[in-house]
Amino acid sequence: MSQQTATRPDRTSTVGASRPGMSRRTAALIQGAFLLAIALISLVPVLAIFVGTFQDGNEVIRNGISFSIDFSELSFDNYVMLFTDSGMYFQWFWNSLVLTVVQVVGTLLVSSFVAYGFAMYEFRGKSLGFILVIILMTIPFEMLMLPLYVQVNDIGAADQYWIVVLPFLAQAVTIFFFRQYFLGVPKEILEAGRVDGVSEFGIFFRLVVPIAKPAFAAMAILNGMTIWNNFLWPLLVLRSPDKFLLPIGLNTLLTPHGNNYELLIIGSFFSLIPILILFLAFQRFFVAGMTAGSVKG
Amino acid sequence: MAETHRMKKLLYNQRLAPYLFILPFLVTLLIFWLVPVGRSVIMSFQEVLYGQATFIGTANYERLWRDQVFWKAMFNSIRYMVLTLVILVPIPMVLAAIINSKLGSSRIKNFFKSSLFVPALTSVVVAGIVFRLMFSETDSGLMNQIVEFLGFGPVRWLREDLTGLAALLLLALWRWAGVNTMYFLAGMQAIPNEYYEAASIDGASKIQQFFNVTLPGIKPTIVYVTTISVYGGLAMFLESFMLYAGNNSPNNQGLTIVGYLYRKGIQENDLGFASAVGVVLLVVVLAINLTQLTATGTFKKESTR
Repeated sequence: MSQQTATRPDRTSTVGASRPGMSRRTAALIQGAFLLAIALISLVPVLAIFVGTFQDGNEVIRNGISFSIDFSELSFDNYVMLFTDSGMYFQWFWNSLVLTVVQVVGTLLVSSFVAYGFAMYEFRGKSLGFILVIILMTIPFEMLMLPLYVQVNDIGAADQYWIVVLPFLAQAVTIFFFRQYFLGVPKEILEAGRVDGVSEFGIFFRLVVPIAKPAFAAMAILNGMTIWNNFLWPLLVLRSPDKFLLPIGLNTLLTPHGNNYELLIIGSFFSLIPILILFLAFQRFFVAGMTAGSVKG
Repeated sequence: MAETHRMKKLLYNQRLAPYLFILPFLVTLLIFWLVPVGRSVIMSFQEVLYGQATFIGTANYERLWRDQVFWKAMFNSIRYMVLTLVILVPIPMVLAAIINSKLGSSRIKNFFKSSLFVPALTSVVVAGIVFRLMFSETDSGLMNQIVEFLGFGPVRWLREDLTGLAALLLLALWRWAGVNTMYFLAGMQAIPNEYYEAASIDGASKIQQFFNVTLPGIKPTIVYVTTISVYGGLAMFLESFMLYAGNNSPNNQGLTIVGYLYRKGIQENDLGFASAVGVVLLVVVLAINLTQLTATGTFKKESTR
């Protein structure tokens, strides 16, 4: 669809002839100030909760968070509490960490596997199958939560981690993305693999997966975010407090007459750290991976 | 000759391979989507009490039709969906265009991209708690400090319909602007540079280039972002659940259709009626998205690929 735009073979001239009125430098300055201002505004809520970790929890909950800070009242008490007397907090943290790693790896493998089938082969029912993938992308899980919840209770699968993970391994959005990416992989690689006697699945695992690293990095971030923060389905399924994931555990601290608001605030702040590390680690692959796998015309 | 050799082993069979590759998807589709949806449809025609199901025809749907709270929830969800579309498509698009321009320092742009993305990393629980505290009705809450700085009295944000809605929209903008900006940026970077060069030779201004080169080039991204925004908007529940610290808000002003489904099905265990709510929601979402995907030619394109 992008071909309709006027193109010309002439590539010799340069772009960006200066516009009258405003110099390039002034324009760059205004742009920089604008971007910085928005960047800082979007960091405000995170900074606010960071400040909250040094304050008295009950005060924060009663008065709301703000930037009028009384420096004499700031203390490290909450940090001491977090590492000495935070109940099940680190149990939840650990549960979330393990489950996120397992589920992200599982989702990436299963979804890329399925996507490869759609991208690389011609077979009967292919377009119908892929249209189903697209339709599934547009159906929110929230609509299925009730019947799934009833079903889980019927078969006695509640309170087990596998039921938290299993429904989401073949994940429509991730399949869609990987398929886009694989469509750009030259088919000669497959032919070369076949000539060398590699099986169809060997070609996928040994030849295609290694060259799709940027796609895996981008999807690791997007899925990692969703899974680390996953709340609704685990909330419905998990029952015993020692199996809770971090968001569920934090939510239990948000009671009207809570006596542990300090943990709620500092715990919320610390819950950002693993996912922030993941993001910063993979960030440089991110836009490249998204571009390569993005929806194309 | 090579064919017979391949046939010997399943793993080398090129005819069978695609079906094995997509098998996990088919199994998931069947067990976790089709069976529950089918079950939901059946339950919506039943009264389910203590595990005993009796068919009651369309009584649940008739009750739904007359139910004021249901319509309120429907109204809230659709209003929220439309308004998030209005803010979460154009704003990220413009931001992406600004970052994509050759102008300015890449260091600032990288900082901007990261900062804008950080909110998406927060869980809805954490985001909800922070926003609840920022929109606190005391005069020491952050938003009230700003309002008072501008010369107005403290606002009881979460007590009033429109200010509560504003809080929800701001929360959505905060969390998703960065992600959508990334989608648009990825789409824009896939547009070949020559198109812009050609346009600038023809004398097109930057603004004209945006409308004549960028917009047509990112049409698939626009379709994609719109689709996920419709989905996210109509399915919104947890944001409201966290902001109002539970599924009850003044006059149900924060009640969404999924919130109603949750209240009826999970909290009140009225499974038949809640299933009817779920089926109606499913029909609404499918109708909107299928219309949109057909109108934009997505299906046609995918099936002729």
